[in-house]
Amino acid sequence: LEMVVRENPGRSAVSEILRPACLAPTTMPRSKSLKSPLFPILMLEQCCLFLPLQDPRVLDTMLPYQVNYYGNPHSRTHAYGWESEAAMEKARKQVADLIGADPREIVFTSGATESNNMSIKQLDETIRPDTSLVSVMTVNNEIGVKQPIKEIGHICRSKNLFFHTDAAQAIGKIPINVSDLKVDLMSISGHKIYGPKGVGALYVRRRPRVRIEPLQSGGGQERGLRSGTVPTPLAVGLGAACELAQQEMEYDHARVSVLANRLVQKIMSEVPDVVMNGDPEQRYPGCINLSFAYVEGESLLMALKDVALSSGSACTSASLEPSYVLRAIGADEDLAHSSIRFGIGRFTTEEEVDYTAEKCIQQVRRLREMSPLWEMVQEGVDLKSIKWTQH
Amino acid sequence: MDFRSSIPAAPVLSLYRRLLKESRSFPPYNYRTYALRRVRDAFRENRSVEDPKALEQLLNKACDSLAIIQRQVSIRKMYETQQTVVEPEPKNL
Repeated sequence: LEMVVRENPGRSAVSEILRPACLAPTTMPRSKSLKSPLFPILMLEQCCLFLPLQDPRVLDTMLPYQVNYYGNPHSRTHAYGWESEAAMEKARKQVADLIGADPREIVFTSGATESNNMSIKQLDETIRPDTSLVSVMTVNNEIGVKQPIKEIGHICRSKNLFFHTDAAQAIGKIPINVSDLKVDLMSISGHKIYGPKGVGALYVRRRPRVRIEPLQSGGGQERGLRSGTVPTPLAVGLGAACELAQQEMEYDHARVSVLANRLVQKIMSEVPDVVMNGDPEQRYPGCINLSFAYVEGESLLMALKDVALSSGSACTSASLEPSYVLRAIGADEDLAHSSIRFGIGRFTTEEEVDYTAEKCIQQVRRLREMSPLWEMVQEGVDLKSIKWTQH
Repeated sequence: MDFRSSIPAAPVLSLYRRLLKESRSFPPYNYRTYALRRVRDAFRENRSVEDPKALEQLLNKACDSLAIIQRQVSIRKMYETQQTVVEPEPKNL
């Protein structure tokens, strides 16, 4: 499609179509000026829950199922159903392959939240009378720390406990094998691996059998574990995203590590009193959480409006309380309030990293200039020795 | 390009150029940069592959990628794309 306006009157109908004014409208209001407003760059891709990009290759596999192949994958009696079912089963296998599972162990859900709820809700008492469940996040979404899943899995096995992990942030970024990790239940989210929103999966181990009670009952789809028609286009998208994640894992990981180092080194070399939260070794490099002492987190976020960042995580962004994660790892209250999370992913560019680092350095300096606490620190006052009086 | 390989360099190079050309027309900044980068790195990585079967497989994959990029570029051109702050100023339409 070229943006060309043809002068030939006989073809004016065609030229109308080709003019840019006929671009499909978005929900954003059109600005009055000719130039549209510049949008912030995305530094939230990996870790955040509301802005990750969808890989164009994923959309490419999904579109035929939105445009053409409308069959219900559960209809057994006609070709439309068969082709839809085939696509769904192919997607199931793609998800299973990424985590070293059998396709029969994958249940499609509406997302990791539903998967988590299904796992935790109730486990069948008759199989193991003294059931209890351990549930751990594989990679923390706020500080990027990898939990020792393998060790926990080993312990759970030896004590006959069920082990569930929410692997939404980890899938496709670090290699995961459910047998290796001795995981019984695993939640997977589509949009965290550059796939579509609104779809996820739950891995349910078959050997030894893990029985769970379904959250929703109905037509008995997904082996009775999750009734409801599987959304074929979304499932296909999830499968494609998983396959891509497996192919690109090494390349992405190497690149993300380099970019993450670049960001952290740049910031830390120019600005003093910056703390990186989370274990420096056991972490996923693309999720960086930095605390800038003597700077309030929300103010820094507002100052960095050119970059779509967050302090804490999106699921707690509505509350102003400091992150429960940071408090749990023993960060000082004031440092917890001044933390910012940077997410680096497959589509992050060097320019974006440099831009973010520069802006960050600039704004931290500016905010510190205005901070009386900073002034006191410069003069050598120990802040912890101050007795704050009430007025 | 390794001149001892069984597949001549010209079609490979032409495919490479077409991939880059197509990738350059992705309206969204992040997809454009990713496509260009990924294509370059993929070709660079497989520069010294000699086995003809493997080469054929790679070239088929490259052709498929070209088709995907062409389709996705068309779709993105149909919908409005937001310019991000790191991009150079857009030319007036």
